[in-house]
Amino acid sequence: MAIDLNALKTPGPTITALTKPFWDAAAEGRLKIQCCEDCGKAVFYPRPICPHCWSKRLVWQNASGKGRLKSFSEVHKPGHPGWLPAAPYVVGLVELAEGPTMLSFILAGTRPLHVGDMLRLAPTAIGGRVLPAFRPVEVEPGTEEKPK
Amino acid sequence: MSRPKGAIVGIGELKPQRLTRGVTTLEMIAEVSRLAVLDAGLEPAAIDGLLVGPQVGETPQHVPATIAEYLGLAPTMANVVDLGGASGAGMVWRAAAAIEAGMCEAVLCVLANNREETAPRSPNRNPIREFDVPFGASGANISYALLMQAHMARYGSIARDFAVIAAAARANAQLNPDAIFFGKPADAEAVLASPMIASPLHLLEIVMPVAGGEAIVVTSAERARSLRKPPVHLLGAGEKVTHRAVSQAPHLTSGPLKSAMERAFAQSGTRADEMDLLSLYDCYTIMVATTIEDAGLCAPGGFGAWLNDHDLSHKGDKPLNTHGGQLGFGQPDLAGGMTHVVEAVRQLRGAAGERQIGKAGLALVTGNGATMSEATALVLGAA
Ligand SMILES: [Zn+2]
Repeated sequence: MAIDLNALKTPGPTITALTKPFWDAAAEGRLKIQCCEDCGKAVFYPRPICPHCWSKRLVWQNASGKGRLKSFSEVHKPGHPGWLPAAPYVVGLVELAEGPTMLSFILAGTRPLHVGDMLRLAPTAIGGRVLPAFRPVEVEPGTEEKPK
Repeated sequence: MSRPKGAIVGIGELKPQRLTRGVTTLEMIAEVSRLAVLDAGLEPAAIDGLLVGPQVGETPQHVPATIAEYLGLAPTMANVVDLGGASGAGMVWRAAAAIEAGMCEAVLCVLANNREETAPRSPNRNPIREFDVPFGASGANISYALLMQAHMARYGSIARDFAVIAAAARANAQLNPDAIFFGKPADAEAVLASPMIASPLHLLEIVMPVAGGEAIVVTSAERARSLRKPPVHLLGAGEKVTHRAVSQAPHLTSGPLKSAMERAFAQSGTRADEMDLLSLYDCYTIMVATTIEDAGLCAPGGFGAWLNDHDLSHKGDKPLNTHGGQLGFGQPDLAGGMTHVVEAVRQLRGAAGERQIGKAGLALVTGNGATMSEATALVLGAA
């Protein structure tokens, strides 16, 4: 079923000055997250202080765009009416290679999804803006990357 | 067993209804508060403590003052408890602690909500709104579907294991004429045949939202001895809050109730397997599954086999949510969590009528809010 995700009337992000670098990067098809210069941990979603050590020395960095599917759901009855034309669609919890987990839209691959699947950033226009969606990595049988 | 930290001496409950028309939450709070204070045999003027929930949409601020004024109370301790479905259980130990601190003597804990056809959409501007909603994840159904999928993937639990929980709740609701699903049983097959809402979550594994209200009165154990109803003692409590959005959950297959229950058992000097009643928060089937495992009633991943081995009815060896749970009774918003407290009080008083459990000495009550995020556990005991 091909539906034009970009034509959906879905609620967009409520962007603040602090979070703008994330959404500006998203619009250019990149995934930018904060990294703490004191404890070295990556941070998602953006904050003014590191949630691990409360340092204010947070710097933006480009994420690798690699992730692992921690869980997913095929949504048949969306919570917001703007998503109805797209149902069923898939959302998932993506554990980024850098450490933090984000929720994202998961594009269909060629095989059924499984928890543990390796994912790759797949910028996708949804509801009039490009969002950092993800797509399963297609692998040859027998060469699957094993989740850590 | 430990010295009681307080006592529940009065309960009130409104029969749930699907919709209200032109009724305010404040009006329902007044109705249910009156029931609880009458049940306690106290004069309204004796109520000097007030714990209430947030009143989204109706009274955004100054909630305790608004309710105190409406009820004609002048409490010497008043506060909002905002822990979602854990608010009701969270009120119980806060009330007891305020009494112990010498701030008041009789605390009214009340939660109610109307349910009008034209409810406004959430005006949230917070991280969950900014970073989850734009990707198509609005509302709790998807969050709990993600928790359920994670459990299935990690432990091999199957859809039927979860459906059994909803079926048991419906079965118990057949003995509660006030339950929204009274007269409407549903077996596991019916649960599995109900529409898929967000895989792997079926419609009948989700609570029905209703209007309703629940209230209790808490005093010291000493004061309770002179009141008219058999007191129910608070023996132990635990609480933990870890996150809000499911993406930020530290674990997907175990929640903050684990440490909350550990504290409640330690405080009360009891164990999970000693509980005569399990009054477990059940917004979704997965919540009961995780709570059974987090309580240590079975090993992680073992809830399905555990359910097969036990009878969850009032006559069974492990009575669970004898009022029907919220899955059978309906979920009156934040008051839904308080139904588990009120039913535990009925059972421990020996006043649960035809659904009375046999031995009723100890009850575990759990509350859960947001996405397995806000957790309160209570161990209650018959006096
Ligand atoms: Zn840090």
